[in-house]
Amino acid sequence: MRRQSLIPFGLLILLVVIPSCAPSAQQILASSESQVKLRAIQTRAFDTPDKTKTLRTVIATLQDLGFVVDKADENLGVVSGTKLAGYALRMTVTVRPYGETKVHVRASAHFGLRVVEDPEPYQQFFDALSKAMFLTAQEVE
Amino acid sequence: MKERAISHSVGRILIALCFLCSCAPKIPKEALQLSNESLQNRQLQTRRFDTDEKTLLAASAAVLQDLGFTIDESETKLGTIVCSKRCDATNAGQIAVAILVAALTGVPMPIDREQLVRASLVTNPIQEDETDKAKCRTAVRVTFQRIVFTDQRGASRLECINDPKLYQEFFEKLSKSLFLEAHEI
Repeated sequence: MRRQSLIPFGLLILLVVIPSCAPSAQQILASSESQVKLRAIQTRAFDTPDKTKTLRTVIATLQDLGFVVDKADENLGVVSGTKLAGYALRMTVTVRPYGETKVHVRASAHFGLRVVEDPEPYQQFFDALSKAMFLTAQEVE
Repeated sequence: MKERAISHSVGRILIALCFLCSCAPKIPKEALQLSNESLQNRQLQTRRFDTDEKTLLAASAAVLQDLGFTIDESETKLGTIVCSKRCDATNAGQIAVAILVAALTGVPMPIDREQLVRASLVTNPIQEDETDKAKCRTAVRVTFQRIVFTDQRGASRLECINDPKLYQEFFEKLSKSLFLEAHEI
C-alpha cells in the first residue's frame, strides 16, 4: 500500500526535473554567467598585428589538441572545429585586430548541450596557443 | 519487509534523480590540454613537400576527390580544406558476435552500420619563393575523425583516427597526385 503511494510522488518529482533538462525556446539565449565575465574568461590579447598568422596558429593549435576544422574564414577571422574522443566538443575561435599592435583572440567551447563556462579549459587552450605563438596571452579587461 | 521495500523504491528514485540532474555532463579535464601524444600525432599527420602552398592545396583537393570525399569548406588564405564522406561500417566479426548473443539471450545487439568520416587538411608554408616553385617548401597536416552509427539509431563511436597506415597511404597518394599535377597528366 505505502509502496504504491510512492509512485505518483516519484512521477511528480520526475515531471519537475525533466523540463529543467530539456531544451526549449527559452534556452536559445540562455547563459548562466554574466556577459562581461564570460568575455573575460574567453578572451586574451596577443602582441602581434598579424591576424592571418594568428589564425593559422589557432588552426595548428586546434589540430594539436585533436580537433578537425569545420570552417575557417580569413576575412571574418573565424575558425570552428570539432573534437571527437568519446564525446563531441565544439569550439569557435575568433581573431580580431585590436589597435595597431594587438589582436584579441576569443574562444568559445560547447560541450554536449552546454556552453563551457568553466575558466580552466580556456586557460589550457590559451596556454597551448601561447606556446605555439611564442607570445604571452594577456588577460583582457 | 514492507519497510525494506519502501527504502528500496526510495533509493531507486534517488538514483534516478541523480542521473537526471547530472544529464548535462561536464567537460573532461584533459579535453583542451596538450598531451604527450600531441607531438606524436602531429608527426604522424604531417608531411613536407617541395612545392608552393597553392599547388599543394590543389593536389590535396584532387586526392580527397580520388578517395570519394566531398569538399565541405575551403579557405585558401588559411590553407584549409574541410571534407567528409559517409561509408559502410559493417564488420563481419561484429555481426557474428551479435547473432550469437541474440541467439543466446534473445536480445538484439546493436551493430555498426555506417560511418561519417570527416577530415581537415591544413597547409603551412615553411619556405616561400615567388619566382621558383621548386625552392618552396610547404607542410601539410591532415586529421581524420569519425562517427560510427549503429542499426539502432545511435552512435557507437566518436573518435579521432590515429592509424599510422591510413596516414601513410594518404600521403603516398598525395605525392603521386603532386607528381601527376606537375606533369599535367
